[in-house]
Amino acid sequence: MAAVGAAATHLDVVRGKRAALFFAAVAILLGLPLWWKTTETYRAPLPYSQISALNALQLRLMVPVTVVFTRDSIPLDDQEKLPFTVVHEREIPLKYKMKIKCRFQKAYRRALDHEEEALSSGSVHEAEAMLAELKEQAEGSLTVYVISEYSSLLPQDMMSYIGPERTAVVRGIMHREAFNIIGRRIIQIAQAMSLTEDVLAAALADHLPEDKWSSDKRRPLKSSLGYEITFSLLNPDPKSHDVHWDIEGAVQHYVWPFLNALSAAGNFSVDSQILYYAMLGVNPRFDPTSFSYYLPMHSLPHVINPVESRLGSSAASLYPVLNFLLYVPELAHSPLYIQDMDGAPVATNAFHSPRWGGIMVYNIDPKAYNASELPVRVEVDMVQVMEVFLAQLRLLFGIAQPQVPPKCLLSGPKNEGLMTWELDQLLWARSVENLATATTTLTSLAQLLGKISNIVIKDDVASEVYRAVAAVQKAAEELASGHLSSAFVASQEAVTSSERAFFDPSLLHLLYFPDDQKFAIYIPLFLPMAVPILLSLVKIFLEMHKSWRKPEKID
Amino acid sequence: MAAPCFFSRLWRAALALLALGSLAASQIEDQAKQFFRSGHTNNWAVLVCTSRFWFNYRHVANTLSVYRSVKRLGIPDSHIVLMLADDMACNARNPKPATVFSHKNMELNVYGDDVEVDYRSYEVTVENFLRVLTGRIPPSTPRSKRLLSDDRSNILIYMTGHGGNGFLKFQDSEEITNIELADAFEQMWQKRRYNELLFIIDTCQGASMYERFYSPNIMALASSQVGEDSLSHQPDPAIGVHLMDRYTFYVLEFLEEINPASQTNMNDLFQVCPKSLCVSTPGHRTDLFQRDPKHVLITDFFGSVRKVEITTETLSLQRDSQITESSYKEDRMDEELMEPLKYAEQLPVAQIIHQKPKLKDWHPPGGFILGLWALIIMVFFKTYGIKHMKFIF
Repeated sequence: MAAVGAAATHLDVVRGKRAALFFAAVAILLGLPLWWKTTETYRAPLPYSQISALNALQLRLMVPVTVVFTRDSIPLDDQEKLPFTVVHEREIPLKYKMKIKCRFQKAYRRALDHEEEALSSGSVHEAEAMLAELKEQAEGSLTVYVISEYSSLLPQDMMSYIGPERTAVVRGIMHREAFNIIGRRIIQIAQAMSLTEDVLAAALADHLPEDKWSSDKRRPLKSSLGYEITFSLLNPDPKSHDVHWDIEGAVQHYVWPFLNALSAAGNFSVDSQILYYAMLGVNPRFDPTSFSYYLPMHSLPHVINPVESRLGSSAASLYPVLNFLLYVPELAHSPLYIQDMDGAPVATNAFHSPRWGGIMVYNIDPKAYNASELPVRVEVDMVQVMEVFLAQLRLLFGIAQPQVPPKCLLSGPKNEGLMTWELDQLLWARSVENLATATTTLTSLAQLLGKISNIVIKDDVASEVYRAVAAVQKAAEELASGHLSSAFVASQEAVTSSERAFFDPSLLHLLYFPDDQKFAIYIPLFLPMAVPILLSLVKIFLEMHKSWRKPEKID
Repeated sequence: MAAPCFFSRLWRAALALLALGSLAASQIEDQAKQFFRSGHTNNWAVLVCTSRFWFNYRHVANTLSVYRSVKRLGIPDSHIVLMLADDMACNARNPKPATVFSHKNMELNVYGDDVEVDYRSYEVTVENFLRVLTGRIPPSTPRSKRLLSDDRSNILIYMTGHGGNGFLKFQDSEEITNIELADAFEQMWQKRRYNELLFIIDTCQGASMYERFYSPNIMALASSQVGEDSLSHQPDPAIGVHLMDRYTFYVLEFLEEINPASQTNMNDLFQVCPKSLCVSTPGHRTDLFQRDPKHVLITDFFGSVRKVEITTETLSLQRDSQITESSYKEDRMDEELMEPLKYAEQLPVAQIIHQKPKLKDWHPPGGFILGLWALIIMVFFKTYGIKHMKFIF
């Protein structure tokens, strides 16, 4: 009986042990992986390798230049060699992780008959007019016409001429090394019209580390999809001045043509307002020698802040806003001049702040006060005002005076105030800037995902990242093949997609769920289950260990 | 004869060297001065008050004092994100409505006439705060509620409320931990949303909040160390509550003496409110900051000075004579053709009134975990029976 009882309890013990082992097996092999999988943060797959490859991207900016030789520009045996193509490639020495190479692809050819005819006319402008009606040039490309050394198309001392459209004229030379010499001149001209180190450095100003403390002149507006331009008239003294300005007409005649010429760079919207009783935050000082008031240069930065809150720029739109203020000083402080560093009054009576806008002070002609009583009706001279505002707009966009090579005649500006190749320069700079921004954003996102494990990446965010990477690669390809407009569009798409992916609200989903709080949640669930299982495993293991030892002892 | 010539030559050489040396020294000094300047171009401020209820009046007064100083020193409203968790000025218990005072005897009304609160009342949550910092805001958010900083912005972040070791309480219902804050700053750094950051916190055990920061260019100040409480300054018998916290009171006193052109540096700010006045020990952390605090101006963070340039060039435009004539005609025409203005159909009011309540997130019922425990233990005992307990334990 005792043996049967002992056998029965032994069976029970074995069954108990097997049950415990089975529990443990299910918990560890099935439960643990299931729990791990269901509680990990969801991360859709991202192209990490492609993103890190973007950092080492080599940007090759190609400028296709067509060089047209007229009959007497180069020696005959050189003329026999036409047509052919020469490539001049140069690396831009910027301390940036992306290498940028500038490639001028010069296609040499002979002039056609109508071109010969045009280039033998009296003045450059006639020649240009005749040449311009023939073909539309693609964005980013240039055409250089080489004329005879003794031609009278250009003034005698001028070696070259840069036109408002994408054309230039260079004097040829009758020399053995004609092609080399002319080639160098052409490169100089082409660089002035398209890409110089300065243009690219200004575009990448935010990304280059050493430019932090350099002059802030090189800080154009950040690239954006659109811009909002606001013209405001500030009249602090309506009792004395009844100011009228024909802003609609001025915008129609002067501003919209300029913005239409820039339309490839973004969407623009223009609005205007008149603010009464809006003072400048600074008291002007009186200058007894000229009986006028002046604002010294060091007080100019303090002018903007008090007046900015009244401009309502935050309500306008989500695009960056450029404010242009026209201030008509009060009767008590008229006339008001702005002084530069040397104490001399500024000719334009205006100043601007990078990435914000410009302010111009409009002094009223003192003769207007004699005849009538207050308030005096003032009709603002919009041409004078718009000349200054458009110049400020150019500076704010980063369209600077070009660096022309020596002995080069620069044509007068067009009616719109923007030469076509200046637009090209802007597009080059913007494309490079967009690519730099997009690459930085994607790299930051990848690094962030590595550092903080709680960020969720949903599928639509992942698709935006893929789209951004594809757009960056496409933009780089288009830049290398010289298609500027499609490269610019691709670079804008890259920036939009990458920013949308980085700033998607869903990335913050699990941020406030740090690791130590996870333990606090899981312990009450798992500990009551885990403790019996572990203890039973330990007991089983100790018993097995004892039973192994026992045979040794007997022997 | 040679000697005087030699001496004069030597003299001249020495003078030349001296002049060259001083020129070089001044150049180096200029470069050094430039090097120590901050590379920022704009300033932002994020001011957060996290407590509600009337007895936390002092936290709102703290935040509004800093807001007032920051505005006075030049940061415009468009660059300030002000988050107030409760409305003290229009509170029913405020004996002086539309005011928030910061000094006893009601000397200084920090509410003013032009305060612009961006996040108010229940909008001040941990999630909204983190969204503002990281920029992950839903696209419908208006511009005044966004922190549109870039990599050249210096940002001042001021937080006040009730806190503890490693957390800060928001609205009496949730908390933000120091780890989340550090991660949020890291996200800002990765996207280069700041050039330099100054973090000031006035809560109990405030130093614990900056312990976990790991991103560069952050300087942090706190009103008390871990284990200490930050105390309030003075109650006002007329209003009936404490008006301000000690640390912020002395910081405000310090800031009132700063003007936009002053050269006071951060080391002076570190000395504000010593233990004798504050009872708690204010702390600061500068190891993540690249520049030396004595070269950091107070106005680098609290003020905002724009860079301006004189416009020296103009375009030349062709005068269009048609404009002036047409403008007069248009003016007269406008006066005649004034249409009566009317409001557009703005909101479908009927739909809004009968809106269904928003579905809240589902939380498991409270007794769920207890029930789960009971289930596990019940199944366990059923399988084994009580008598087998001794084999398991």
